[in-house]
Amino acid sequence: MPEITLVEAINLALARALEEDERVLVFGEDVGHNGGVFRATSGLQERFGERRVRDTPLNEAMIAGMAIGMAAQGLRPVAEIQFSGFIYPALDQLINHAARLRNRTRSRLSCPLVLRAPAGGGIRAPEHHSESNEVLLAHIPGLRVVMPSSPRQAYGLLLAAIRDPDPVVFFEPTRLYRLLRETVDDDAAALPLDTCFVLREGRDLTLVAWGASVHESLLAAEQLEAQAISAEVIDVATLSPLDMSTILASVAKTGRCCIVHEAPRSGGWGAEIAARLADEGLFSLLAPVARVTGYDTVMPLFRLEGTYLPDAARIIAAARRLLEYA
Amino acid sequence: MSVVAHFDVHRVQYLDAGSHLVADAPALARDRAHLSALYRAMVRTRIFDAKAVALQRTGRLGTYAACLGQEAIGVCIADRMQTNDVLLPSYRETAAYLGRGVRMEELLLYWGGDERGMDFADDREDFPICVPIATQLTQATGVAAAFAYRSEARVAVAVCGDGATSQGDFYAALNLAGAWTLPFICVVNNNQWAISVARKAQSAAQTLAQKAIAAGIHGVQVDGNDPIALCSVLDVALDRARRGGGATLIEALSYRLCDHTTADDAARYRPLEEVEAARQSEPVVRLRRYLHAQGWWNADDEEALKNACSTEVDGAVERYLATPAPEPTAMFDHLYASLPAPLQAPRAALAARGSDA
Repeated sequence: MPEITLVEAINLALARALEEDERVLVFGEDVGHNGGVFRATSGLQERFGERRVRDTPLNEAMIAGMAIGMAAQGLRPVAEIQFSGFIYPALDQLINHAARLRNRTRSRLSCPLVLRAPAGGGIRAPEHHSESNEVLLAHIPGLRVVMPSSPRQAYGLLLAAIRDPDPVVFFEPTRLYRLLRETVDDDAAALPLDTCFVLREGRDLTLVAWGASVHESLLAAEQLEAQAISAEVIDVATLSPLDMSTILASVAKTGRCCIVHEAPRSGGWGAEIAARLADEGLFSLLAPVARVTGYDTVMPLFRLEGTYLPDAARIIAAARRLLEYA
Repeated sequence: MSVVAHFDVHRVQYLDAGSHLVADAPALARDRAHLSALYRAMVRTRIFDAKAVALQRTGRLGTYAACLGQEAIGVCIADRMQTNDVLLPSYRETAAYLGRGVRMEELLLYWGGDERGMDFADDREDFPICVPIATQLTQATGVAAAFAYRSEARVAVAVCGDGATSQGDFYAALNLAGAWTLPFICVVNNNQWAISVARKAQSAAQTLAQKAIAAGIHGVQVDGNDPIALCSVLDVALDRARRGGGATLIEALSYRLCDHTTADDAARYRPLEEVEAARQSEPVVRLRRYLHAQGWWNADDEEALKNACSTEVDGAVERYLATPAPEPTAMFDHLYASLPAPLQAPRAALAARGSDA
C-alpha cells in the first residue's frame, strides 16, 4: 500500500464519499477542472462529472448559503472555502443558520453539510492565507469543528464529517498537506468525531494540540524522550464539541499540561481547555497549565511566520518549565 | 461606439388602485371562485395579523412583524406555488405561511418565544422565518440546486424586502441562479420602507426589478397590491422555472401600512399623508371593490367571512395560550441529531436544576 500525503488522503476520502453516496456533492471555487488550489479535489470532476463536482461563482457567503439549502433538502454538500482567511463572509450563514436550522425547527429540518477550509501558517503564503481562526466557530453551539493532524486522521475524520447528520467545519492544516506521508487504507472506515486521540502515551506531562501543532508536539515529545521526559500527546481532532474526558484522564495521570495552538493566545481554544482543567482537574495538577501559542498579534507575513508559529523548541522549553514544579 | 446590450423593465398591473380592470386582463379577472378565494385568504391574514398585534400590546406575544397592506403578495405566492415547491420567507410573510398550511397557533408560538412554532405540522419542507436580511436567498439557491440535481420539477421561492436588495446575499443568489439556470424565484416585497430607511435612500436604481439584469435572469415589476397581476407574473415565473428556463426576480410594489414591528413607531420617520395616500391602493379594499362591482360579493358575505375568520383566530389563540412552556432541556435536544457526549453532563445538570430553579 503506497504512502500518501494529507492532501491525497482528503482526495481519497472525497472520492470514497462521492462513490458511496449519491447525495454527496462537492463544490467551491476552482474545485472542478483545476482540482482545487491545493489539488484536494484533483480528478474528482473528471471521475464523477460536473453534476457532482462543480465550480461555483466566487462568493463565500453564497457557497455556505447554498450548502445549507442543499443540506436541508437531504443532500450531503461538501463545500470548499479556498482559505480559512476568506471564511468571514460565510460566518453569517454558518453561525446564524447552519448551526441553528435543526434547533430553530425542532429537528424538522437539518443541515448535514461539510465546509472544508485550508487553515494555519507555515507555507510562505500571502496575507490572509495563513490564519488560524478555528475558535470563532468552535464557540458556536450546533456546529462541529474538526481539524485533522495526519493523512490517516484526515481520511477517517473527513468521512465521519460527511456522514454526520449535522454541520461540520473541517479545517485542513496547509503545512501538513504535503509534509508527511503514511499508508492510508481506503477502507471507507470513519474515525469517531467528538473524541480526542491519544497519539503517544507518556507519564510526565500532557501535550494537547490540533492540526499542524500536533506534528510539532510529536517532534517535541520525541526530543523530550531523549531528555528522559515522557510526554503524552493528545490530538484534539474535534475541537467542538470538546471531549474533555480524554484530556482530564491524561492529566490525572501526568499532572502537567501544555496546550499548543497556532492561533493567538487570548481567547484561543486553549483558554477554554485551561479553564476546564482548572474547573474539573485542579487537584490532578502539579503545575500551572501552560500554553504555547501564536502571539496576540496579527499573523505576520511569512518572513516572520516561523517566529510566530509554535515549534518543537518552544514546546520543549515550556515542558521543561512545567517539570520544574516538583 | 455601439450598443452591446439593451434591456427593458416591465411593470404589470391589471387591477388598478381604483379597482378598475385595465385592458387585456387575464382569465383570472373573470374567475369568481378564484378571486373570492384570494380575497378570503387576504382577509383571513389581516384578521390574524391584527390579533397578533393586539396580543403583543397586551403582553401575550413577543415582538411581532405585521404585514398590514401587503397581504396580496403572500396570498398569491402561496396560491400559485405547488405543494411540493419550497418557500423561504423573511419574517413578514404571514400571508404566504398561512396559505401554505402553517397553523395560526404555530406562528403565534414562534412569536411567543417558542421554537416549536417553526416545527410546522402540515408544511414540512418550507424554511423557517429568516430574521437576518437576505440570507434565505442564497439558501434558496441551494434548495433550487437540489431540485435541479434530482431532476425534480420543483421551484424554490424566496421572499425578501426592499432593504434586502442591498445585501451581498441578494446579489450572490441572483448571480448563482443565473449562472446555474436554477429553478429559483426571488419575490421582493417592496413595501417602500426598510424600518426607517426609505426606498429612495436604499438604492439609486430606478427599479429593484432591474437588479435581475446584471445577473442574467428575468426581472419584472408588478403591482403588489393587485392579485390578478401577481398571480399572472408568478405563473409565468413558476412555469418557466419548472421547465428549466431559469430564475426570476419579481419586484412587488406595495406599502407597509403598519410599523416595521410592534417594537417600532413609524410615525417617527414617515409622514401620515404618505401612509394615508398609500391606504387608497391597499389590496383588500381594492379587490373587495372589484368583487362588489361584479356582483360577486355583498355585505352579508363580508360579515360571514369576518365572523368565520375571527372564530378561527380565537381558537388558535386559545390553543397557543394553553401550550405549556417547553422543558428546559429542550434547548439541548435539537442542537444535534443526537446529543454529543460532551454535552450530556451539562444537560443533566440543567435537568436536575428543574424548570423553576
